[in-house]
Amino acid sequence: MEFLRKSLDKAKHNFEKGGKLEKYYYAFEALETFLFAPNTTTGKKGAQIRDAVDLKRLMMTVIIAMVPCLLFGMWNVGHQHFLALGQAASFADKFWIGLLKTVPIIVVSYGVGLGIEFVFAILRKHPVNEGYLVTGMLIPLIMPADIPLWQVAVATAFAVIIGKEAFGGTGMNVVNIALTARAFLYFAYPTDISGEVWTYIPDKTAVVAGYSGATPLAVAASAIETKANVVSQFNQFGATWGAEGIYSFSSLFLGTQPGCIGETSTLMCLIGAFILVVTGVGSWRIIAGVFGGAYVMGLVLNLIPGGNAFMQMPAYYHLVIGGLAFGAVFMATDPVTATQTETGKWFYGILIGVLTVLIRVFNPAYPEGIMLAILLMNVFAPLIDYFVVSANKKRRLQRATV
Amino acid sequence: MSEVAELVKEEKKAEPLFSKKNRKLISNPLDSDNPITVQVLGICSALAVTTQMVPALFMAGSLLFVTVFSNLFISLMRNTIPSRIRIIVQLAVVSLWVIMVDQLLKAYAYDVWKQLSVFVGLIITNCIVMGRLEAFAMGNKPWPSLLDGLGNGLGYGLILLLVAFFRELLGGGALFGFKVFEAIGIKYQGNGLMLLPAGACIIVGIIIWVQRSLNGYREAH
Repeated sequence: MEFLRKSLDKAKHNFEKGGKLEKYYYAFEALETFLFAPNTTTGKKGAQIRDAVDLKRLMMTVIIAMVPCLLFGMWNVGHQHFLALGQAASFADKFWIGLLKTVPIIVVSYGVGLGIEFVFAILRKHPVNEGYLVTGMLIPLIMPADIPLWQVAVATAFAVIIGKEAFGGTGMNVVNIALTARAFLYFAYPTDISGEVWTYIPDKTAVVAGYSGATPLAVAASAIETKANVVSQFNQFGATWGAEGIYSFSSLFLGTQPGCIGETSTLMCLIGAFILVVTGVGSWRIIAGVFGGAYVMGLVLNLIPGGNAFMQMPAYYHLVIGGLAFGAVFMATDPVTATQTETGKWFYGILIGVLTVLIRVFNPAYPEGIMLAILLMNVFAPLIDYFVVSANKKRRLQRATV
Repeated sequence: MSEVAELVKEEKKAEPLFSKKNRKLISNPLDSDNPITVQVLGICSALAVTTQMVPALFMAGSLLFVTVFSNLFISLMRNTIPSRIRIIVQLAVVSLWVIMVDQLLKAYAYDVWKQLSVFVGLIITNCIVMGRLEAFAMGNKPWPSLLDGLGNGLGYGLILLLVAFFRELLGGGALFGFKVFEAIGIKYQGNGLMLLPAGACIIVGIIIWVQRSLNGYREAH
């Protein structure tokens, strides 16, 4: 510690005004405040703010809320891996495989993202801020375990530069940055992020006989063709290759299904939601709106007579398959891109839920709808706010007696 | 009075063909007054024909041809066009050149013509052509009008080729159909986003971003 402090102090004069590395002051400052608590404090006579939820704490809360999803996701990566290979494995083995697949993605995501943040901070002469902390963790959680690392790097660079820095940096982005990264991969390299890519299988021939890597969404979508009952399809799935009940409702809720690393478990997302709501970081209105909107839309589709098999699927299944829960809790609640008004949050959340189900059921090109639904509503969020504010103005003007 | 007028006329005649003002007519549209990135005109074709270099090159050439000659001819006719029906006269002149380009491409570059499909015909509604006629050729002499058409056609073509360069290189790993990455021994996985119109939109956006930061552009508040 002493050594670090001393070497920082020794190097400091180079970065200060007039020093030869003056340009890189903000990179130095970021490193210094990362290692040591900054010594800039308010003067004795100034206002003394002792405990405020600043950006750093806000971001850390979200990261803590994501930890259950991350840990479960790591285990599930290994779990799916050994299921596909038809081998029995201990808890530790499964977790170890997950760790091996997940940690490199996290490292690449943070490395590339923070690198770009540093470059822009130096170019634009502002301190490096904490904007990337949450995004850097969200990106790995919405990637398949098997994604090539260079794609993670390219997608992260694209999302941070085009999604955020082009609009002016942290807090200025229009659409969610992590989802921008995923949308980029989805349209740029579709073969690596759609279809049966969700399970880590080192050698494609090594799978157990009869194996199918179809996700619940793919199973449900294919039921439109075969006209089979979706729920019985779910219950039968996996029986041919020794994974009975893999898509039963309880298993879908717990999250032992193939999918992106962090998205599979509805339960873990709900734990995250609990942390976010209790600490006041995430808006419960948005989360409830997404779940409610999706459920009601599912019910409406159930009621349509003569609907196809996917439409007949019980509405509550929509809440546990795919990434709806993860999107609702961690993506839709992003305070920068969501609506700001409390009434607007209801509209925003409900519309995301409704659109997700609509895209899932009616658009065969996109098996999962939550990503596109959130991105679309990100764009509409300011419009919703505008209508809420002007409705409020109108109401108050009517009440006013001049 | 008549003496003064003659003097002015004398002076104007003395202006060299490539005076500073005339050179500006060509150089401005290339950068600070670019039809695509600054005036934001002609975007639709810039998104549609830029997946590969070859069609983009032909499209740029076609538009250059049309802007130069419509500008020249409208400028020649400018004093005889009644202002009430000027748009229809402009359209007639533009369509003449568009049909000629269309037929030429059909005759000598049939494959490219098929690839460009409706977009050659749609040059007639290209905002750049009509915009230059209205804004410049209707009020200026033939020679500056011709240069103005040349400059704007080149400015359009420059951006078109730039966009097509990145789209073909990143989307298909090729340039003018030549597989660049394979030639130097790199296995390149094409970026599907670049082949979508959205990719062109993003590249045009990046070009505008770079251009604005180089030119020190500031949004007026």
